Amino acid sequence: MRKTKQIDRRWLFLLIFFGVALPLIFTIGLPLETTKNVHMVYDLIDGMPKGSRALLSFDYDPASMPELHPMAKAVVKHCFDKEINIIFTAMWPMGVQMADDIIEQLKDDYPDLKYGEDYVNLGFKAGGMITIQSMGKNFREVFPKDMNGSSIDELPIMEGINNFSNIGFVFSLSAGAPGIKEWVQIAHDAYGRPTSGGCTGVSAPAMLPYINEQKQLTGLLAGLKAAAEYETLIKTPGSATKGMDAQSIAHLIIIIFIAIGNINYWRDRKALKKGGK
Amino acid sequence: MKRKIPLLITFTVGIILIISEFIPHKPFGQLSGELEIWFLIISGFAILLGQLSLFKVNILKIQYKQRDWQFYVITLISFVVMVTLGFLWGTGKSAGMLGHGEIITSTLGHKPFDYLFHNVYQHLQATMFSLLAFFIASAAYRAFIGRTVESNLLLTSAVLVMLGNTTFGSLLTGWLPESLNFLHLPKVSEFIMTFPTTAGQRAIMIGAGLGIIGSSLRIILGIERSYLGGE
Repeated sequence: MRKTKQIDRRWLFLLIFFGVALPLIFTIGLPLETTKNVHMVYDLIDGMPKGSRALLSFDYDPASMPELHPMAKAVVKHCFDKEINIIFTAMWPMGVQMADDIIEQLKDDYPDLKYGEDYVNLGFKAGGMITIQSMGKNFREVFPKDMNGSSIDELPIMEGINNFSNIGFVFSLSAGAPGIKEWVQIAHDAYGRPTSGGCTGVSAPAMLPYINEQKQLTGLLAGLKAAAEYETLIKTPGSATKGMDAQSIAHLIIIIFIAIGNINYWRDRKALKKGGK
Repeated sequence: MKRKIPLLITFTVGIILIISEFIPHKPFGQLSGELEIWFLIISGFAILLGQLSLFKVNILKIQYKQRDWQFYVITLISFVVMVTLGFLWGTGKSAGMLGHGEIITSTLGHKPFDYLFHNVYQHLQATMFSLLAFFIASAAYRAFIGRTVESNLLLTSAVLVMLGNTTFGSLLTGWLPESLNFLHLPKVSEFIMTFPTTAGQRAIMIGAGLGIIGSSLRIILGIERSYLGGE
């Protein structure tokens, strides 16, 4: 088969570069619609009573930061606004730094929040699914200390937490395994805790089957768009909203190039049928 | 004997864990709890083993001057620098062997380990991931050609999902009347993701689940022995 003549891909790279960079510098502020899955997450957190405790697992590393960090910030902010106490944990080694970074970013907005009372960072624990399973059986055996080395018996936020039963909901920010799937299978399926999560756009299709009538997963924040929608819902436009302009333009460039590719292909085919080269 | 003992351990542990799922009472519940703790301890050591392995593999590559061996030197230097800084001054609020390193921390604004993590590692990883945008764009341009009915279907659904996931999707079809709301691009995208995609994903998940059960049984029963190495 004759190869269709295509545009030099460096042109595409150049356009993508400008298409992403310029909207990040000069915000356009394109309108955004919120979707059902994002609303479900929002409603779950919004409906939690004041003082309830949420377990937020940071299961990603810096590679997925551009997509997951904005949603992590929005979710944590929403929890703090609702006076939900947060137990931070990580199933990925670098998730600890990710959680720390979010706390650091929000620290100035919430000067009254106290470590150990309103939030705690338990750090990373290896073992993935087995770790989650063990947390469900004996939380204190898996995390006897927080990441600063303080015994969790001394932390008021951890009072009465021996398994998942006193946890209001679980939220995993996931870039792969262990992540949302493992939390759903243990925290929700085995222990019946409401479980929700946020993931990269590319891994969303694998998570969607868990959003079902059994509410294995209560909503899902998939990719930057969902993060931007969440920022809209909590009325705090941030980096995701800004990034959505860039993502939208990059997608549009890709679609235009797909169209060009197809036009070239069909034109060549037509020429071939007519006996052209 | 070298093979029989590991096979026996695998069989016993596997059977105990399966039984404990159905009978979570004494002694199975307790035993599975203990085994889970053992697993966590072994996982911790596995990280250490992984680091030693990284060291060994890279040193061998440098020793035999394999292709692009210079990159392996950089890997090792980076590894040693990060580990050393972590050991000396700790990370976050944890102190290292030399305490918190107040002077160096006040100069850099972070502890040395955290400084490199935030200012080098974090950006390098994000850059690597961001490069995907260029390759995905190029791949989509070359691969999404409507040559056959199937490729046309893929092409159409990809374009619809992409448009639906952008802010342009809402703009393009936002003017549609309520009765034609199902043609609104974000709705179309949501439909494709919720029904055809999820149906396909479920089939894959069921297949993978059955596969996992099959291979787990093969390992427990000693049919599959490749994990033991050797032969």
